[in-house]
Amino acid sequence: MTTHKELSEYELSLLNDPEKRASLKTKDRMAIPPQEMPHQNSVERRNNLEEVAIGYTLEQARIEAMRCLQCAKPKCIDDCPVNINIPAFIKQIAENNLPAAAEILKETTLLPAICGRVCPQESQCQKNCTVGKALKDVDKSVAIGRLERFVADWERTSNLAAVPKIKPETGKKVAVIGSGPAGLVVAADVRREGHSVTIFEAFHKLGGVMRYGIPEFRLPNDIVDKEIDMLKQMGVEFRTNFIIGKTRKLQDLIEKDGYEAVFVGTGAGLPVFMNIEGENLVGVFSANEYLTRANLMRAFDKTKADTPIYESETVAVLGGGNVAMDAARMAVRLGAKKVYVIYRRTEKEMPARAEEVQHAKEEGIEFRFLENAKRIIGDENKRVKAIECLRYELGEPDESGRRRPVKIENSEFILDVDTVIVAIGNNSNPLIKQSTPQIETTRWGNIVVDNNQKTSMDRVFAGGDIVLGAATVILAMGEGKKAAESINKLLAS
Amino acid sequence: MNKILFKQKLSDNVYLMRIHNPLICNERKAGQFIILQLDDDFGERIPLTIADADEKEGSITLIFQVVGKTTDELSRLNEGDKIANLAGPLGSPTHIEKFGRVVCVGGGIGVAPLHPIVQAMKKAGNEVITILGARNKDLIILEKEMAAYSDKQIICTDDGSYGLKALVTQPLKELCEENPKPDLVIAIGPPIMMKFCSETTRPYKVKTLVSLNTIMVDGTGMCGGCRVNIGNEVKFVCVDGPEFDGHLVDFDNMIARLNSYKKIEQKSHKCNLDKYLEQKK
Ligand SMILES: Cc1cc2nc3c(=O)[nH]c(=O)nc-3n(C[C@H](O)[C@H](O)[C@H](O)COP(=O)(O)OP(=O)(O)OC[C@H]3O[C@@H](n4cnc5c(N)ncnc54)[C@H](O)[C@@H]3O)c2cc1C
Ligand code: FES
Repeated sequence: MTTHKELSEYELSLLNDPEKRASLKTKDRMAIPPQEMPHQNSVERRNNLEEVAIGYTLEQARIEAMRCLQCAKPKCIDDCPVNINIPAFIKQIAENNLPAAAEILKETTLLPAICGRVCPQESQCQKNCTVGKALKDVDKSVAIGRLERFVADWERTSNLAAVPKIKPETGKKVAVIGSGPAGLVVAADVRREGHSVTIFEAFHKLGGVMRYGIPEFRLPNDIVDKEIDMLKQMGVEFRTNFIIGKTRKLQDLIEKDGYEAVFVGTGAGLPVFMNIEGENLVGVFSANEYLTRANLMRAFDKTKADTPIYESETVAVLGGGNVAMDAARMAVRLGAKKVYVIYRRTEKEMPARAEEVQHAKEEGIEFRFLENAKRIIGDENKRVKAIECLRYELGEPDESGRRRPVKIENSEFILDVDTVIVAIGNNSNPLIKQSTPQIETTRWGNIVVDNNQKTSMDRVFAGGDIVLGAATVILAMGEGKKAAESINKLLAS
Repeated sequence: MNKILFKQKLSDNVYLMRIHNPLICNERKAGQFIILQLDDDFGERIPLTIADADEKEGSITLIFQVVGKTTDELSRLNEGDKIANLAGPLGSPTHIEKFGRVVCVGGGIGVAPLHPIVQAMKKAGNEVITILGARNKDLIILEKEMAAYSDKQIICTDDGSYGLKALVTQPLKELCEENPKPDLVIAIGPPIMMKFCSETTRPYKVKTLVSLNTIMVDGTGMCGGCRVNIGNEVKFVCVDGPEFDGHLVDFDNMIARLNSYKKIEQKSHKCNLDKYLEQKK
């Protein structure tokens, strides 16, 4: 099932001979071929939800780690949103000292098993890696994400992850709203200081987008469960089916329930639609709905789940981000015969992780670049039967530096599809804003915070997608860390 | 939390349950609903309107008709059992004020969500006229409870087994022709009934509110599965509704979307239901 190559004799000698390792020169390290990630075969995986990337073996991880030049001024650390000491943990892998590697990761990141899987490494830590630069190919940078994942997986599967020390109870209470990565990090860091922490989650399951959005073939539920178990062992309390703003008002948490600080990490859960004709036909879904049905509600398991999922033959996914990739690849796994991804720009501008685009292609998904939907056409039963698209070309760069797509007049054409999944973005979750008018938000509904993640309300902090707009797990984590520091400082005084 | 305190069969396949949940009980207002799920892993999330609440007991009342697997399983639970997941109160509350003459039309199980609205409208000083409709006498629910808050009550059945042999739109039309005509109509029931009530009042320019029961997943504005066309806008029923101006609702689209899973649902529900019934034996 796996597809990685046998190790060469030279590689084996590096593993076994510390002296040989110590004598490795830059030139030797650069000559070590990048280790390929073992994968589940692309035919089999079209029918299951198991993880696609299987993970390095110990030998592979150590060889890959030897490619790291241990730069004097490592760019990778600066490019990591939480500044993991990357060369240091990688060095420990090369030396087969995994506990030390795990310790180094833990200094800065709570969720390495998750970040190693879902971070856009090619635009962060691996972007300016000296090895990748020298080899003129970012794909040949040291595989930092895979190594991070390797260490975290090793620690988890060998059950070595110890419950962090908790300082003596302070008797102070902190409420965390939302159990996505931002909320989990706040909970861990605040709990460690001895404060009691309650996480309120609207859903019946914990983890936020890591549970309901990102599919198991990229991020198995077990991994999210383990992180949450750890928080439970630390004494963090969880209240599911509890919607702040509805079940209880935010102000009541402070004024009536005795919470001394509140963190809002409610995410970007408001799907954006295109506002085109036919978007409310039967068979048009937001990626959020499609993925929530398949992941959270387990509709993938058609024999067991009560939640139905649309039976599709031909699917058009609109968008070019991770959400679009996940929806397209989920549609394949749910039995669609043909899946198109329709994106207005070119592959180069796609915000999705490069690896996911690669995997999607291997799974037979057809990418249609420089095209965009104009309207969706229904049959007599108001069900989708086709989509009309326009061709685009790239014009001048916009503020984000990406070249702006410009439509080509009279270039309309029609694709026959029975399902359309809209994955063009998410806005901030409106529940807190609606029920807490005193909290300051931007025009787009994002909560406004200062440098310490503090909102306009006394004792209320916010972070993650609700502040940043749809962003990433690692940025949400980073904001959570900062917010936790501010909360700990507030409660110390 | 979520313990069933009381259960009663109201008609052939309609049940009433009082469920202990002081949090929802305290926050809920007329017009709001909850999302319920019976199995953590494989259950579906279904919206049910809160029909009443008892602050002393800390309970909410749900009234539901058995229409699928989840409502069937729910109907088999008994007093003392617990409901795995209950989240709410969701949706925007009904706007209550003194309008004057308010006509409340409830079709079938739609009488349940209408109940708290009728109560609140009456308490706000309105003249309340209720019209209850159902296929036959057995399916008329909450007749006494509604009468307690109505200045006038009209009952219609399709087969004439009770009250008028008429559709609810007939007395509604007559009321629109009266002087003074109603200041507000609230119609809750099957989509087709709400559509025709809205069509009935449209020529008289009587403001008409309907409460939409679309398919929902999260109920918090995250998935967009509940979206409907309202005039020229797209709205999410779970956060923008569930009540909307009936004269602006695109009912045909809503009905089509409600049937999104008809084919599959019948298939899978049948086999799931069969399996389930076999286990019970
Ligand atoms: C399909 C998909 C794929 C993605 N892929 C990637 C990827 O590969 N890499 C990457 O880095 N990022 C990815 N992202 C983005 C990433 O998941 C988010 O940036 C991140 O999860 C944001 O974290 P958060 O903690 O701010 O919020 P979320 O993860 O959104 O969590 C918010 C939580 O708050 C809960 N909540 C909301 N309102 C309330 C309330 N009023 N009361 C109680 N609870 C509430 C929600 O139910 C939710 O559980 C992806 C996103 C999606 C949707
Ligand atoms: S039910 Fe998901 S947005 Fe309304």
